[in-house]
This record gives sequence, C-alpha cells and structure tokens, in this order.
Amino acid sequence: MKIKVISRSTDEFTRQRSQDPQKVFRNYDPKLRTQERAVEYTRALKAAKLEKIFARPFVGAMDGHIDSVSCMAKNPRHLKGIFSGSMDGDIRLWDLSTRRTLCQFSGHQGAVKGLTVSTNGKTLISCGTDCTVRLWKAPDYKNMEPRNLSGDDPKTIAVYVWKHAFWGVDHQWDGHLFATVGAQVDVWDCDRSEPVNSFKWGNDTVISGKFNPAEADLLATSSSDRSIILYDLRMSSPARKLIMKTRTNSISWNPMEPMNFTAANEDTKCYSYDARKMNEARCVHADHVSAVMDIDYSPTGREFVTGSYDRTVRIFNYNGGHSREIYHTKRMQRVFCVKYSCDGTYVISGSDDTNLRLWKAKASEQLGVLLPRERRNQEYLDAVKERYKHLPEVKRIVRHRHLPKPVYKAANLRRTMIEAERRKEERRRAHSAPGSLPAQPLRKRRIIKEEE
Amino acid sequence: MVVRRLYVGSGRNKTGGEQDAFDELDPKAKKYLRGDAANLGVIRDKKLKGQLLDKEKLYGQTAKAAAKAEKWLMPTEVGYLEAEGLEKTWRFKQETILQEVDIISSRKPFDMILPDLGPYKLEYSLGGRYMLVGGRKGHLALIDVLTMRLIKEFQVRETVRDVVFLHSEQFFAVAQKKYLYIYDRHGTEIHCLKEHGVPLKLQFLDKHFLLASVNKFSQLHYQDVSTGEIVGNYRTGLGRTDVMQMNPYNSVIGLGHSGGKVTMWKPTSSNPLVTMLCHHGPVTCVSFHNSGYLMATAGMDRKIKLWDLRKFEALRTYSCSAQSLDFSQNGLLAMSNGSRINIWRDSVGNHDYERYMAHSMVKGYQVGKVCFRPYEDVLGIGHSMGISSILVPGSGEPNFDTWVANPYETKKQRREKEVHSLLDKLQPETIMLDPLKVGTLMPPTKKDKPNKGDLEAEMEAAIETAKSTVFKKKTKGRNKPSKRARKKEEAVLKTKRPFIEQQAEDRPLKKPKVEEAELPKSLQRFVRKKKTL
Repeated sequence: MKIKVISRSTDEFTRQRSQDPQKVFRNYDPKLRTQERAVEYTRALKAAKLEKIFARPFVGAMDGHIDSVSCMAKNPRHLKGIFSGSMDGDIRLWDLSTRRTLCQFSGHQGAVKGLTVSTNGKTLISCGTDCTVRLWKAPDYKNMEPRNLSGDDPKTIAVYVWKHAFWGVDHQWDGHLFATVGAQVDVWDCDRSEPVNSFKWGNDTVISGKFNPAEADLLATSSSDRSIILYDLRMSSPARKLIMKTRTNSISWNPMEPMNFTAANEDTKCYSYDARKMNEARCVHADHVSAVMDIDYSPTGREFVTGSYDRTVRIFNYNGGHSREIYHTKRMQRVFCVKYSCDGTYVISGSDDTNLRLWKAKASEQLGVLLPRERRNQEYLDAVKERYKHLPEVKRIVRHRHLPKPVYKAANLRRTMIEAERRKEERRRAHSAPGSLPAQPLRKRRIIKEEE
Repeated sequence: MVVRRLYVGSGRNKTGGEQDAFDELDPKAKKYLRGDAANLGVIRDKKLKGQLLDKEKLYGQTAKAAAKAEKWLMPTEVGYLEAEGLEKTWRFKQETILQEVDIISSRKPFDMILPDLGPYKLEYSLGGRYMLVGGRKGHLALIDVLTMRLIKEFQVRETVRDVVFLHSEQFFAVAQKKYLYIYDRHGTEIHCLKEHGVPLKLQFLDKHFLLASVNKFSQLHYQDVSTGEIVGNYRTGLGRTDVMQMNPYNSVIGLGHSGGKVTMWKPTSSNPLVTMLCHHGPVTCVSFHNSGYLMATAGMDRKIKLWDLRKFEALRTYSCSAQSLDFSQNGLLAMSNGSRINIWRDSVGNHDYERYMAHSMVKGYQVGKVCFRPYEDVLGIGHSMGISSILVPGSGEPNFDTWVANPYETKKQRREKEVHSLLDKLQPETIMLDPLKVGTLMPPTKKDKPNKGDLEAEMEAAIETAKSTVFKKKTKGRNKPSKRARKKEEAVLKTKRPFIEQQAEDRPLKKPKVEEAELPKSLQRFVRKKKTL
C-alpha cells in the first residue's frame, strides 16, 4: 500500500513573528476561480465609475496678467517654469508647482505675440506688434525666490527693431537660429541685429510658424491666405505650399514621428498631415464647435491638446478622430494658447480672461508618488477597462462628459448642419449624371490645392 | 477552431534540452490558456490582426509562467492511495490508513457520537477551516477543525433542517422550524427572514452574496444578504423538495423533484433554465462537478446517473442507490447508502467512475450527508448518531490560493477580503448557464424561415417516404394495380400539399413594376404612390 495525504503544518503556512509580512501562496488554476469573466466585467465597471468620480482635472488658475494671454513658451531645460506673454506687453515667468509669478519681463510697448526659449534654455525671445524682437536672459532657476527677484528686473540682452509687426516666433530645436513670422518669414541669428534670411510667398500675413523637431532647418508656417507653407532654411525659396478652404491658426509637429504635423484649423477641426505627402490629411480630428486657436503635442507624441474659441480645451489622440477629453470651467473665456508640460502630465491653457489655467493631462490620475502596489492595481484596472470597453454599460460611463450648454447646443446644431449637407450632397449626386460628382473623402475635402 | 499556441515566435533559437523542458510543461500549461485562440486567418484588418496577435502572445506567456509557477512553487502535492499486488484500494480500512499516514493527518478523522439531537447536517466554510453542524432537534455547533476547537455551541430548541455558511465563517444561516435565521459566530441571532416561508434547504452563492432557499411550498427564494433585498421568488410548481445544489461553475441552482425531474434556476427568470427528466421516481440528491459540465444525480429508482450538462445527456448509469452525493475538488464522488459510504474515482478520465474507497459506519447509523472538506483529504459525514470524518487520499486540491480561500486567514486578512469580495460582488444577471458568455458579442441571428433549397429538400424526402410506403393487400377487387397506383399518387399529393402551401405564402404578391424601373431617378419621385393597406 502506498499512501499520501495532504498534510500541512501550521508553522509552514503562517508567519513566525508578528512583524513579518503575511505569507502568500498562489495557485493560478482557473478551476479555483469560477466565473472570472463576470468578476472581471464587474471590476471594469467599477473602475469606469471610479474614474468618473475621481476626474478632477483642474489644478488651479494663475492670475496676474492684466490683459488676455496671447502666447506661452516652455523652457526645454526646466520643468517647472512657463513663460506667458499678454496683449498689454507683459511677459511673466510662472512657477507651476506654486502657481505664482517668479518674475516679470517688461519692455514691450504693444501686445506680445510670440515667445520662445533657445535650446540651451538661457535666452528667452519675444516679439510683438511693436515691431521689435527682444532677447532676454532667462533667469537661473537654482536659487530663485519670488520675493527677492521682484526688485531687480531681468535685463534684455538685445532689442532688434524691424520693419513690420510680428505674429509669432519659434526657435530651432537644435541650432542657434530662430524664425519670426509676420508680413514675411524672417530667420534670425541671436547675435545679429538683422535677419539672416527672409522668405515671402504671397502677400498675406503669416500667422504662425514651427520648426521641425528632427530636421532643424525645416519650418512649417501658416498664413492668413489659408495656406500652410513648408520652408527649408538651406534653400533660397520656400519648398511646398498647401492651400486649404479655411485658415490654419497654429501648427504643431509630432515630436515622436517628426514627419507628421497637425494643423489647428479655423473650421473647428484639426488636420494631421504627413509633410512628405500633403495631398491628403492622415487624420481629421473633429469635436470643437468653434475655431481651434492653438495646438501643442505631448512629448510622448501620442496625444495633443487644443484650445478653442468655444472656451474649451480638448485632448486628442494623435490618431483619433474624436477627442478623449474636454476641459472647461464657467469662468474660462476664449482660449488663445495651450501647452503640454514637458513631462506630459499637465496641460496649461491661457485665455481671454487674463488667466493661465493648469490642468491634469489625465483627469482622474492620482498626483504624487504611487506605491508599487497602487500602480499595479491601477494598471490592472486600466487593463480590464480596456478589455470590456465595448460593453454598453462601460462604454456609456467612460464616454460621458458634461458639456457647457452653449457647446452642447452648438454641437447639436453642427451635427444637424453636417447631416443636412450630406443629404443634400447625396441628392445632388442622385440627380446628376453618374460619375460627375465623385464622393470626396473627408481627408481631402478641405484641401484646395498643393503647390511646389 | 484554432489551438492557442504557447510560445508564439519563441521556438526558433532554443537548445534541445530547453525545448524538452518546455514540451514537458505543455500539457500543464494547457489549462491556463483558457480556451482556443481567435481565428486570425479570416481577419483582413491588419491593425486588428496585429493587436490580436500581440494579445495571443501575451496569453501564451501568461500560461507558460503559470505552468512554471505550478511546477516549481507549489508547496504541497496531491494525495494518493495505491494498491500493491493483490490489494484493492476499497478494501483498506480507515484503521490501516491511519497507521500509515503522518501524525498531523492522523488527527483529522474522528467520530463524535451525539445520540440525542441527531440526525446531523454539516457544512464546511470556503477555506475548509470551519465546520458548521446542525442537529435535527436544534443543536447547532461551529467548530474550528484545524485546531479541533469548539467555537460556539448552542441549542435553538426547534427543528433545524439545514445549515449554511454565509460569505465568511462569521455568519451562518439556519433553516429552522418556521423561519430562516441568520446567526453570527457568537450564536447571536442577527436576522429572522420570514419571507422565505418554511425553508427546507439552503444554498449560499458566495460570489453574488445571494442566499437561496427552497421552502415547503416548493418556492425558490433568492435574497441578497448584503442589501437584504429579495432578488427572486419563484414557484417551482413541481412539488415539495429538499434537494438543492449550486453548480460552482456558473452559480446556477439545481433542484431535484419528486417526479424525477431536475430543474436549473437563475435568480432573474421565473421559469427554469433547464428541465431534465433524470429518474423514474423521486430524485434524492444532486451534485455538480467543479468543471461545471458534469452532474451526478441519484434517485429512488436505485440509479445513480452522470450527466453531461453541455449536451444534457446521461453519460453513465449505475445501479445502486444513494441518499447523498458529493463531488470533491479533485473530482472524487462520495455517496452514502444507509450506513455505508462509497467513494468513486474517475481513474481513466472518460467519466467511467470506479470504486476507490469504501467505509462502513456502525450498523444502524443512517448517513444523512457527506461533504468533502475543501483543500484537505477529508470527508465529513453527518449521520443519525452524530458526525464523523474519514481520510480520503487524493480528494482535495493540495494548494490553496491566499486570495481565493485561505485556511490560515488572520482577522485582518478576513476583513480585507470581505471588503474586496463586496466590491467584486456580481449582479444576479451574471448568472447564466454559460458564464463565458459575459462580454462576448451576440451571435448573428439565424433566419427564422427555412430557405427555398431546404424546403425543397425536405419535400423530396417526404415524397420519397410516401412513395416507399407499402400498402396492405386488400380483398379482391380493391387490390387492382390501378387502384393501388391511385392510392399512392394521393398519398404523395397529400404530403406535397403543406409544402406547396407554405411556399405560396412565402412568395411575395407584388407584381413587377415595369414602368417604374424604366424611369430615370430624377423622375421617380413623380410617380403616383400606390395606396398601402
């Protein structure tokens, strides 16, 4: 006879001292966990509800400007600070952790329209409607206290006066040049009082310009004649031009896929383009109900934030047709500039009501350091939510957002209008000769032509 | 159907020895794969295909890791009892077994003679640490069987029909003479649930926090013990019964009735999900295997039957009677008949259960209930003269999971688990025959009407059968070939008629619109519309 029975001595399965952690034994056999699908679904539902409960994205407002905020710039070498320029000529440096002004840069006579920081983080460049470009010494953050800095104003390194008012400025990601836009595109060297190069294509004002993060000499601008123009600084003339049906207010390059950029358009949508193949958009991002004023990519390149004239801030996935998040408050007015923070966890918006607002990029994310156990739990809940996201109950909870009434109504109205237009188009096609009115995909519909 | 692979894209650069080690793990890893893979061959969407491929790879890795953990990290091994030479396992007496096993195990079997207040029912908690004993004449006791300590013992001085643990050993429900009561571990009466009527048998659905009871008037009640809400109250309409068992795989309740039927219930429908005729005569007990598709029933017709719940077919029928049945965690089947207890085992794996062990109580003791202790090789027996327990090697799952059921739970762990189990409480709607349906897509609806081809084939078949019928020979004059031929023709026509009528019904009565089809699309809207009825 051979025999063996299960016998466990209690000592082996319990801890020896009361300070010891409890002993844990795992058996992953599915037999012990019946109905695990149902359990997972319940957890997914719970996670979706908890996410909704904890969605408190607004961190705080930063007030101090006395006119609307027109532009912002992040310092690539410093995480906590952000520069903002306002329509009254005031430039401020804010500390995001305390949400207070660290110092003010005074000197501009008219509105500040563009701000940028050099790659090494030492020079702040501003330009405005007073036809000047000003170079400032960006303060050293090491031993900075708001009080002892308020006395002595930071000094300007240089003031360059030029022929026309400026609409924006951007510094190369890797290099020493910066470009201003206005009546024409001027490329400047920090040490020279006159532009080293100028470009012009058409007679209209250039509104915005952005350098490519990978190709240092590639510059994309948008102008008020509804065109997007790509420049190569090494050539004497612009490279490529795309004309759309409505004007593009701002452009942002995807830092992780640097051949792609997204244009914030006046027609409430954003269009992602591949710079190599501009005859159709890669993706159309729709959800705003009024003109999109500014756009900025997250450093991860997976999502971007937009600010709109409809008083909301939205966050889109880089390949998603609709926004994943909408932020609004009762007091926030037209949003003119938005920025993603350098670590991708916060979003800053500047609006007409003279305030900068700080938002969390993930509305329900817990701030602060997470314990490994908390992080694992969060990852698990995210995974089950992802797995059961298509089920109606989970979907409903995850998708629901409260909208301000004007936005809600405008969205409804837009939907009706689009539907009516579609129906009309359909009928028109039905009553014309077959093939005379080909259906145009949404990605091409707003493009008029592409010029070389 | 596609077999899910374990090591997608990892089989190439491996040495021979390593490969062998993996192959050895394979059969063990299979159970962790949880079914077959999605058929990726038919998917055209490249993005989706890539995503699913990644998922499948992940499933494979997880299964592999789990199998490895099983191989190396499990502290305890499964028990066994093997005969050598001419010995037979069912001839071994408990005394012989006791001499061979270690001291800790030899303390587990016991006989408690309680002649006054029997017969006794018993019930183990989920972790197998606590035992609840209920004597018919009102004796209730809560025992910690790990330390063999009596926690609480009291008498309610009225009939006790059944006892059941709630979500932890802190609370238990008792079916008494008139009402259902809930007590805590100190014997304090917490609730008296009058809505249940006179309960005969209780079951607790631990994942759903539902207490199910069947009463004297054959009504099935479901009550949520976390909120107190009565979730369902259904008349079975099949007469008084006290045969009730929960299927652990899907939490469906099985009821055995005196007419030989077994019905299965969920709390959200007033009709049974399944009604099966299992026995010619009353059903005495029902038990479900852990895997969820095997059910054992015993009837007064001296039959024990094993059923496949996927096909609702009897797999095996054995001629012997049983008053109580229970499947162990590892699939042993214990049954009691009078004072004798038999334990059967499926040694081959084809559901052919054979004798494994046997045990006789003292003659005259009537065994009322047998119940395997979870995570131990022990069978608890409630009989007319008290309670006993015997060793059954190989019955229990050797390794427990701390987060599922922990026999060595501390107070803090128990409290934490209670909170977690309440957070993960399942809604009654999640109880269904196939629990894997949760979160899947609804299958495309089948066409209600058979199509033309099917109908024609059916008609042909019917005509063939009508033609091949042989007519009786009639008397002279009525048996003429012409008459016989006419008769045959009539029979064929008769069988044809319903099919033809059905086809005529299906055919649309519309006439083809000739003039409309000719018009260009722009003019079609000026065509006068027909009046619709």
